[in-house]
Amino acid sequence: MSSFLSQYGGEIATLTLEHLWLTGAAMLFATLIAVPTGIWLTRSPRWAKPVIGVANVLQTIPSLAMFGFLLPLPWLGERAARIAIVALTAYALLPILRNTYAGIRGIDPTLNEVARAIGLTDAQRLFKIELPLAASFIFAGLRTATVTCIGIATIAAAVGAGGLGELIFRGVASIDNRLVMAGAIPAALLALAADAALGLLERRFKIPNADGSVR
Amino acid sequence: MSAALEFRNVSVAVATGRLLLNDVSLALEEGTVTAILGRSGSGKTTLLRTANRMIDPTGGGVLVAGANIQELALVDLRRKMGYVIQETGLFPHFNVERNVGIVLEAESQPRPQRIQRSDELLQMVGLDAAAFSDRYPHQLSGGQRQRVGLARALAAEPKILLMDEPFGALDPVTRAEMQDMLRDLLKRLRTTVLLVTHDLDEALYLADRIVLLGEGRVIANLARDKFLQSDLPEIVAYARAFRRGQSAALANPIATDGHR
Repeated sequence: MSSFLSQYGGEIATLTLEHLWLTGAAMLFATLIAVPTGIWLTRSPRWAKPVIGVANVLQTIPSLAMFGFLLPLPWLGERAARIAIVALTAYALLPILRNTYAGIRGIDPTLNEVARAIGLTDAQRLFKIELPLAASFIFAGLRTATVTCIGIATIAAAVGAGGLGELIFRGVASIDNRLVMAGAIPAALLALAADAALGLLERRFKIPNADGSVR
Repeated sequence: MSAALEFRNVSVAVATGRLLLNDVSLALEEGTVTAILGRSGSGKTTLLRTANRMIDPTGGGVLVAGANIQELALVDLRRKMGYVIQETGLFPHFNVERNVGIVLEAESQPRPQRIQRSDELLQMVGLDAAAFSDRYPHQLSGGQRQRVGLARALAAEPKILLMDEPFGALDPVTRAEMQDMLRDLLKRLRTTVLLVTHDLDEALYLADRIVLLGEGRVIANLARDKFLQSDLPEIVAYARAFRRGQSAALANPIATDGHR
């Protein structure tokens, strides 16, 4: 065991970092796309169904197929990491989008009404009232998305994007369970850590209603 | 001199053509309290909401100190009108101090100034600033929340205060306390108030003028002391509905009175 670790420890660390980088970049892009889109949908609710529908369809594409689809594309196909990040971003969109939309739509309409009636501008209403009140929902979406992406990112190794999947694929090919574990365990730990950290944020931003109830 | 707030032939029609307000004209003199009384669905709240353009009339217009509000900047208009509603609408993620100072915050006033003003206002509505500033709405009783709501409405020193059933959700004793507080406060501030209520007693206690609305029209617009003297059938019916309990208790005294 210790000889295994001394042999592979460095590689595990590098691949873990790579894994984090792929997921982190994807989460960043997904957040930058999905949160503003979610906000826009609350302003134009007639678009909500089709747009959330598209994000839903993206999510149903099997991940291996998604990586395969992206492979022949011109700029993307040149670097495996690009494919991985785009694919992971696509998977992360739905939970963030859906929770941003639902989180804002679920705010007590009286609060929005009062915010307008006392003369907050639209931007003030968004940043001072709506986003803080929806924050815990948005973090819940981020949490789901991150955990999903950490799992799917292991498949990115199939197109050569690196990450912990590399050890798993190599272990499977050489029928070496220790290698499979060396990839799977850190990936699982990453997912658990992300789940805990974002869960903490989610709870931190939970806000009791004026009557003490929590939505 | 033009009225502080004037409704001129205001009508509001919904898409189906039904009129929520039908040619309502009403002038509020500066520094007076006008109660809008009426049954549910009589158009009271709709009328109040045309004053800060939460609803735009489909006919007629609203004037503030002689100026048509359609020609004023919307955000400014609203910031200069206090707004108090039954559900208070306090922001649950803000503490009391920030709730009270939100309009000043929206106007980018510096924080120390906002805190000072919030302390002043809490004192005015009968809350100890030191004890309450840091609390959150869910840590307050219904009456306390309503006091904070009133303090918030007064923060920007509005000339006009719109109150929509402000005490409707409170128990009668708390409501009476709030009415006393409000009466004292208004006497000092000389704010022009439009108070929507269906509570005749509240209207008589707080208002200088009482306007009775029915099906979107003004049925009566009388000084407080003239209101109960009116023999208008709608007013008589309204007053009778209010005194039923009292009359019943007086008319049928229960034979075995424990005190005798």
